[in-house]
Amino acid sequence: MNSTIALFLLQDGVINGAIYALLGVTLVLIFAVTRVIFVPQGEFAAWGALTLASLESGATPGTALLLVVLGVSAAVVETIRERASMRPARLGVMAVRDVAMPIALLLIVSTIAPTKPALWLSVLLTLALVVPLGPLVYRLAFQPIADATVLTLFIAAIGVHFAMIGLGLIFFGAEGFRNEPFIAGVFPLGPLMFKGQSLVILAATAALLAALWFFFEHSMLGKALRATAINRLGARLVGIPTRATGRIAFALAAAIGALSGTLIGSLTTISYDSGFIISLKGFVAAIAAGLASYPVTVVAAIGVGVLESFAAFFASAYKEVIVFSLIIPLLIWRSLVTAHHDEEEE
Amino acid sequence: MSGPILELKNVSASYEKVEAVRNVSLQLDRGSIVTVIGANGAGKTTLLNAIMGVKSASGSLRFKDEDIAALEIEARVGAGLCLVPEKRELFSTMSVEDNLRLGAYRLGGGAVAEGLQQVFRRFPRLLERRAQVAGTLSGGERQMLAMGRALMSKPALLMLDEPSLGLAPRIVKDIFQIIVELRQAGVSILLVEQNARAALHVADYAYVMELGEVTMHGRASDLAADPRIIESYLGLGGRHDT
Ligand SMILES: Nc1ncnc2c1ncn2[C@@H]1O[C@H](COP(=O)(O)OP(=O)(O)OP(=O)(O)O)[C@@H](O)[C@H]1O
Ligand SMILES: [Mg+2]
Repeated sequence: MNSTIALFLLQDGVINGAIYALLGVTLVLIFAVTRVIFVPQGEFAAWGALTLASLESGATPGTALLLVVLGVSAAVVETIRERASMRPARLGVMAVRDVAMPIALLLIVSTIAPTKPALWLSVLLTLALVVPLGPLVYRLAFQPIADATVLTLFIAAIGVHFAMIGLGLIFFGAEGFRNEPFIAGVFPLGPLMFKGQSLVILAATAALLAALWFFFEHSMLGKALRATAINRLGARLVGIPTRATGRIAFALAAAIGALSGTLIGSLTTISYDSGFIISLKGFVAAIAAGLASYPVTVVAAIGVGVLESFAAFFASAYKEVIVFSLIIPLLIWRSLVTAHHDEEEE
Repeated sequence: MSGPILELKNVSASYEKVEAVRNVSLQLDRGSIVTVIGANGAGKTTLLNAIMGVKSASGSLRFKDEDIAALEIEARVGAGLCLVPEKRELFSTMSVEDNLRLGAYRLGGGAVAEGLQQVFRRFPRLLERRAQVAGTLSGGERQMLAMGRALMSKPALLMLDEPSLGLAPRIVKDIFQIIVELRQAGVSILLVEQNARAALHVADYAYVMELGEVTMHGRASDLAADPRIIESYLGLGGRHDT
């Protein structure tokens, strides 16, 4: 291996690592706000990529219909579950938000899609379709058991993962797709050649991470989300609507997931079940950070990406094995570190 | 705008089998301080939690002439009710300043600067510690932060659950001084206290709770002179507190 190949592998690793960082950071975020270890985060990425692919080919994406199905389900389930305290105002909100808006969106998308909309419009439509799915998944699966243990929530998350894979298969079919790059072409930079899409990924990741940091450190809503995670009762006592915070976290997760999907869609082929492996790599990074630190997650995710890309070069058959084997030493290391903390507290 | 700001009629609340609050009726006039005193386990904290909506309860609850019994905690906060709970419920891994900022959540960002200024004037110690993480504050500082956070929401009625709990006598004095100042600033106050002597001293009106029920109520100065109260609640305090 010469230095050109090494630099190339490094570049490749960093770019994949950037995507893992986005997914890992989202896992940390959802865990902090809702205590859910959201295994299916990658499904939002797959749905994002597949939605964009449908729009590019002029077809109405499966997510448009899926949104209607989940919206109606959430409205019906919540009406039955909370029939005792249901008021006309809430029913009205649900009728508009969960039924009328998804149907309107379906109509709009199915009119626009055949015209093969411009890329920016397709990305916007993709977000409009995938982001509302986040809160819907939260309401259907997690809100009723919001106070359960981390383990119960984790088991529910695994159930949701299988449900989402199944829905993906129904609404998108088994075929894999590849998106158009946002910026085609290759740019030389010193000894390296950068694909336009790689630059887009790096820039978008940096911008998203900066936006998240700003949101949580400096905006009132971001602080309110953190406060809810730290002390739910305290948050309610200052008037934070804690029911809404879980939904906001899942909306953010769906947004970041969908964007990552649209970003990687041109680098690799995505099908209904591709999300899991991608988000597992983000998961390795999140575990390295103890599901707590955003910066450590980002660094670890880039490490995972680089390791994977070198592993692919030297032992391509084992690249996933090598990456996932990392989890074991990481867990041992974490448990040593954590045990240490406990002793200090005593 | 006259008449009581808070009116309870036959409020009851229970934990599974135990009825911790039974048929409590209570009235609090605008701009007054009302105190609820009683032994450990009498149901004082449960009563405040029922008023705030933390604990579900039966009976009639009226705040500012509106029925609030069906409202969620968030909506009661929105209406101007605020509770400093017994366990304080601070955001322990966030800074003092962020805790205070979040106190103004219901008012929105515009109210933060002015609120911070007022709280820091009242509790200069919090200004010194504004960047410190709340979980590392001392007991007294934590208490100041809990009150400061509550004041950030500019409540019409402030409910304090044992604000002097575990504090040095000098700080207790400061806290009661602040309670009096708040009343002068137009805040109505419902005060639950173990320190009955000090509570009766600052309050206008008082209720005595025993085993979940109100057994006595009257003007605070009258109760402070009542032999039964002196024997049950002020006797020991007289020797130690002042
Ligand atoms: N979560 C709970 N589950 C079961 N019983 C409870 C619960 N909280 C309080 N109780 C019981 O309800 C009764 C009233 O409790 P409460 O906390 O209201 O008393 P208090 O007057 O505030 O006492 P203190 O002065 O010690 O704070 C007590 O007997 C207590 O054991
Ligand atoms: Mg109590």
